[in-house]
Amino acid sequence: MAVEHFDRRARERDAWAVAAAVPDPEVPCVTVADLGILRAVEVTEAGDVIATVTPTYSGCPATAMIEAMVLSALRTAGYNASVKTLLSPAWTTDWISAEGREKLRAYGIAPPEQSAAPANELFAQLRVPCPRCGCADTEEISAFGSTPCKAQYRCRACLEPFDYFKCHRQFA
Amino acid sequence: MDTALFNTLLAWADDQLVLGHRLSEWTGKAHVLEEELALANMGLDLIGQARNLYQYAADVEDAGRDEDKLAYLRTEREYRNLLLVERPNTDFAHTMLRQFYYAAFMQRYWAELTHSGDTRIAAIAAKATTEMQYHRRHSAEWVVRLGDGTDESADRMATAVDALHRYTGELFECNADLQALVDAGITAHPERIRAAWETDVAAIFARASLALPESEPYMQRGGRDGLHTESLGFLLAEMQYLQRSFPGQTW
Repeated sequence: MAVEHFDRRARERDAWAVAAAVPDPEVPCVTVADLGILRAVEVTEAGDVIATVTPTYSGCPATAMIEAMVLSALRTAGYNASVKTLLSPAWTTDWISAEGREKLRAYGIAPPEQSAAPANELFAQLRVPCPRCGCADTEEISAFGSTPCKAQYRCRACLEPFDYFKCHRQFA
Repeated sequence: MDTALFNTLLAWADDQLVLGHRLSEWTGKAHVLEEELALANMGLDLIGQARNLYQYAADVEDAGRDEDKLAYLRTEREYRNLLLVERPNTDFAHTMLRQFYYAAFMQRYWAELTHSGDTRIAAIAAKATTEMQYHRRHSAEWVVRLGDGTDESADRMATAVDALHRYTGELFECNADLQALVDAGITAHPERIRAAWETDVAAIFARASLALPESEPYMQRGGRDGLHTESLGFLLAEMQYLQRSFPGQTW
């Protein structure tokens, strides 16, 4: 088989762009790069592309779908690609980009409140600004929402119910 | 094969899977939509953790079994879960109390495991400890609401305590396999969690106006040896129904 001459750096950049554009299947307003799920894209000496992703919640049903979508996107773009999963370091909402947070907010999902969350305290109400009107007078309806990563909130001012993307990081 | 590691991973995986399955039994039957979602979400977290552990166990065994074969083709005597997690749902009080007992322990135990000398276990633990934190809060809030609620809810909670407290002793057991991992710096001895767990339980019970049982003269045990209550048989019959009816079938 003839060895193709290729610019490794350029291929890494291009392959990254392809993988990074894959939307999250459940929250399509953000990409796997925005959420910090796509960790790396490397190109081997032979020119093969290896994308590394990390799962969010242990039981996230979108994980397998995301791997398949990233693989499909890379293969469609013509690369000889594979996807590997890295469990460590553990994914955290700290890895959601600033752009990702804004996209979530615009979509109607309140992004994670990264300041110290009242992790253990019972009945503590975390102040989450309403993504629709910005008011902080909101309340949690349920700690668990339509997906494991989200909680349900309600704005007392504009009355909009909204999803809140829960803070996921190792608490002290 | 590292038998101690394989057996322990399997036991932990069985804990998560059996409890995850119990929570899934609430699907379509919860009293309010928000709890329907909460129970399903917690079940999903646990099943995800189970999968991570089964996958690792399968790699350690290296005998051609995968997560599905481990979950669906082992029978009661081969399951190594704690008895606590196989106890029937009974009612919402029992379900929340069982979840609280377990999550108050597991959240702390997973936190210990994030320091494991085994990087794969530490990685699984880093996700699991955060998830169990949410479980602990949710279930503790319900223990308080129900215990400190109406006469009926308080009654049901007290009945749940009577039924379940005797299964909590097994949380702190350490058999030879687990001890081998403790000695190798892979895991912490569960006794390390006891003081914090007991303080947590006592504090929540006080807020819930629930009487904390006197120290049990006899704690139910046997799960880690494959000696289960009759409940597990029915659970596995349902969970493994498809594989048992159509052996070897795949999606």
